[in-house]
Amino acid sequence: MTSIPLKLPFNIKLTRPVNPTGIWDWLTTIDHKKIGILYGVTAFIMFLTGGIEAILIRTQLIAPELKIIAPEVYNQLFTMHATTMIFLGVMPLSAAFFNFVIPLQIGARDVAFPRLNAFSYWTFLAGALIMKASWFLGGSPNAGWFGYAPITTATFNPGTGIDFWIVGLQVLGVASLAASFNFIVTIINMRAPGMTLMRLPLFTWMTFITAILLVLAFPVITVALIELMLDRTFDFNFFNTKAGANPLLWQHLFWIFGHPEVYILILPAMGIVSEVLPTFSRKPIFGYPAMVLAASFIAFMGWLVWSHHMFTTGLGPIANSVFTITTMLIAVPTGVKMFNWLGTMWGGDIKFNTPTLFSVGFLSMFLIGGISGVMHSFSASDYQQQDTYFIVAHIHYVLFGGAIFGIFSGIYYWFPKITGRMYDEKLGKLNFWIMFIAQNLTFFPMHWVGMQGMPRRIFTYDSEMGWAFWNAFETVAAYAVAFGVLIFVINMIKSWTGGKKAGDDPWDGRTLEWSIPSPPPVYNFRDIPVVKSLDDFWHTKQNSSDSDKKIKSKTKVSDIHLPQPSYWPFLVSVGLAIAGFGIIYNLVLTGIGIFIMLITVCAWSFEPVNEPDSH
Amino acid sequence: MFNTIKKFLPVLLSLLFVVACGGYDGPQSTFDTHGPIAKEQADLFYLILWAGMVVLVAVELAIIYIYIKYRRKKNSDKLPSQTHGNTKLEIMWTVLPVIFLAVVSVPVLSAIWSFGTAPENPDVVVNVKGHQYWFEFEYPDLDVVTANELHIPVGKKILINLDSNNVLHSFWIPKIAGKTDIIPNQGNFMWIQGDTVGLFYGQCAEFCGESHALMRFRVIVETDEDFESWVSHEKSEAYVPNDPLEKSGYDIFMSSKAGCGGCHMINGSKKAKGKIGPNLTHFGSRQHMAAGILDNNQINLRNWIRNPDMIKPGNIMSAQGAVYMDPNKSLTESEVIALASYLQSLK
Repeated sequence: MTSIPLKLPFNIKLTRPVNPTGIWDWLTTIDHKKIGILYGVTAFIMFLTGGIEAILIRTQLIAPELKIIAPEVYNQLFTMHATTMIFLGVMPLSAAFFNFVIPLQIGARDVAFPRLNAFSYWTFLAGALIMKASWFLGGSPNAGWFGYAPITTATFNPGTGIDFWIVGLQVLGVASLAASFNFIVTIINMRAPGMTLMRLPLFTWMTFITAILLVLAFPVITVALIELMLDRTFDFNFFNTKAGANPLLWQHLFWIFGHPEVYILILPAMGIVSEVLPTFSRKPIFGYPAMVLAASFIAFMGWLVWSHHMFTTGLGPIANSVFTITTMLIAVPTGVKMFNWLGTMWGGDIKFNTPTLFSVGFLSMFLIGGISGVMHSFSASDYQQQDTYFIVAHIHYVLFGGAIFGIFSGIYYWFPKITGRMYDEKLGKLNFWIMFIAQNLTFFPMHWVGMQGMPRRIFTYDSEMGWAFWNAFETVAAYAVAFGVLIFVINMIKSWTGGKKAGDDPWDGRTLEWSIPSPPPVYNFRDIPVVKSLDDFWHTKQNSSDSDKKIKSKTKVSDIHLPQPSYWPFLVSVGLAIAGFGIIYNLVLTGIGIFIMLITVCAWSFEPVNEPDSH
Repeated sequence: MFNTIKKFLPVLLSLLFVVACGGYDGPQSTFDTHGPIAKEQADLFYLILWAGMVVLVAVELAIIYIYIKYRRKKNSDKLPSQTHGNTKLEIMWTVLPVIFLAVVSVPVLSAIWSFGTAPENPDVVVNVKGHQYWFEFEYPDLDVVTANELHIPVGKKILINLDSNNVLHSFWIPKIAGKTDIIPNQGNFMWIQGDTVGLFYGQCAEFCGESHALMRFRVIVETDEDFESWVSHEKSEAYVPNDPLEKSGYDIFMSSKAGCGGCHMINGSKKAKGKIGPNLTHFGSRQHMAAGILDNNQINLRNWIRNPDMIKPGNIMSAQGAVYMDPNKSLTESEVIALASYLQSLK
């Protein structure tokens, strides 16, 4: 192959960092495992801030007619709670697993575009900081997480809160898009020999589907956000009702993104559960092809149900009928997955440790959220539930009992692989039982108060409404959820610093990540494995005696070529963050930010490798 | 076994509580229905609730069974049978839900069409306008405009046209009908019917700003005679006071210094012709004030006039009313008392 000599337009010698340590190591790393840890720790801190917001919301509602939190602050709290949990909590926690686990599960040494991966993380961090900075810079967004126009327009919302929301979400969108393309390419191109699509572990499959959904869904909300940004910054009229706009446009755009987004949140958790249950049941997943097909069908149908969020917006009987039917249909593949998980455990030899408990918790909670979801598909009766606490109960059963329980299951499951140490099983089980019981006590009564007519997003209510008892009850239970999370944090810190050594394969695992040391070496696999079947590693263990398990590797570690650290992904993200702040405060800053991005992207493109002779 | 009980205790307890509370229905309960639409919606809800309960109990029992039966014994070495799937079972649990959903969708679809089709000859038409944070009710055929208290005759079909010149709202009377959103430039409608004479609660259900929680209204379902006498009362001239205190309140209200008339209308008055705030022609005859959040009495009214932002943060009157904006124009205590007396005299 002939190489085309590229020359920089200016004469600066670019170098890459060599064996950086400490903070420089983390700033310049492009190792997917370190980026995964960065994602996980950052997202978990964000999850905690979202939890604090939730606790403040519940405190204001502990009794009727309270004035602990001012209405304006309350409106910011519920907006930020949802935005944080969805975009800064669950999505990046899933991304943490994608990063750490996917290359290990498919037998690769890194992702397809390692520097882009670092860029995704730093851009996610920039978006998160922009979003959260709003608390300290004049107030947070206050229009709910789906920000229905026209209350988000400058006429009705002159402060900067909504600008932070618009810019933060767009920056987060860039991060998500970059990460998704990366994982799609990684999963298609980087699979080990023999790892055909139908031999992919289910978590990898769910990641693949999630990434495709993200790539298709984020452009839609980006369009909506740009329209709103043009309205607010340059007096455009997309949502200006005085100029004749129909603000329903926003809702369509938002939910065409928003419903696939729900599956973006839940599919990774489903993938985790599909790893945990077979491992601890010592049985293969029940109906692997059906699981893949069901998830694909869910992902496809996710595009055809968006108007069930809009049943009360007057779309007319034809639209409501169509979306009633499509929404009902989506229950079918979801049911298939549920039954197949039960089939996986049925007849198994199940070890009910913490990851299994959280996965089984996922099944029993997600089921309740799924059933209330089918209830909402009844659009004619949904007119009573729309925008009430019944909906709040539903989303929390899906996203807390579902997604968060799945993620917690995954954290416990892969904790030994990530850290090389064992978590504390007693604390883990305590963590599970407290969270499981408390989350039911928090969210189950919300069904009831919703049917008793309590709308969502109200900062106070009258004592005569009959909602007081259950609201007080929910608040106390929410404090217990927080206590459960605290136990989780203690367990993580304690086990990460002083846990027992875990060994390479503590669970008798089925997938490739368990075939390498814990924590994995920087190159992951000394020899790229050759895959002969689904759950190949487990079958290999079953069919071989102990003596021939350890085959001497012929690869010399020094011969393994790995991508090298780089300064530029971080710096491009810094430029993007500056450009973002410019939209909020001063467009000159945006110009500066874009200039920094141009320079750093050029530098990124012309960056040399440290060892040219290795090619 | 103890663990098993512990695990499902919360669900069981919650269910028990729900059953125990079943007898209690608050003023906005969707179970205590007083109109054909709410009734049909509750029936549909019960249909899918019980169907869902069957699935819920069956699956949760299966999970409990698995939890007891298939947990790993200590020192278990036996490899369980390696089932990869079961085509017959999988086809069954794909096809059965499809059949079930096809059956239950029939009543849902028919209800969608019945709610979504406007009655051809409604007995009363009401144009509802959502404001931040109150409801305006205009009866175009009867030439009546009022706020926050909707009067409708019992057993009659009412067509509601929904409009807003500001943000989104949602019109909802839980005991009479599920909600429909109020969207600028969209022209939504719904129809309702109240089958019981009485007072019903309504509330805005789409987030509409700082005091969204305080945007409520009442529906008074009354006999034909009561409704007709209410209409003729609403159409009558506004009361012009003789009592000195009420008269001084009237003078303040109509003065350009206070400027109340710039936003509020008193029918027949030349000075109070505003359309931004509620029409106050017969304010004194309303039971509630400030969009259904306070009883209409002297104390509440004085507090409201003194500092409306304390009661309803972010309302337009405290942001744009001259007496609240300009410290030179702010009301003295005696002016507040006079204004409140005048407003309550507007029976």
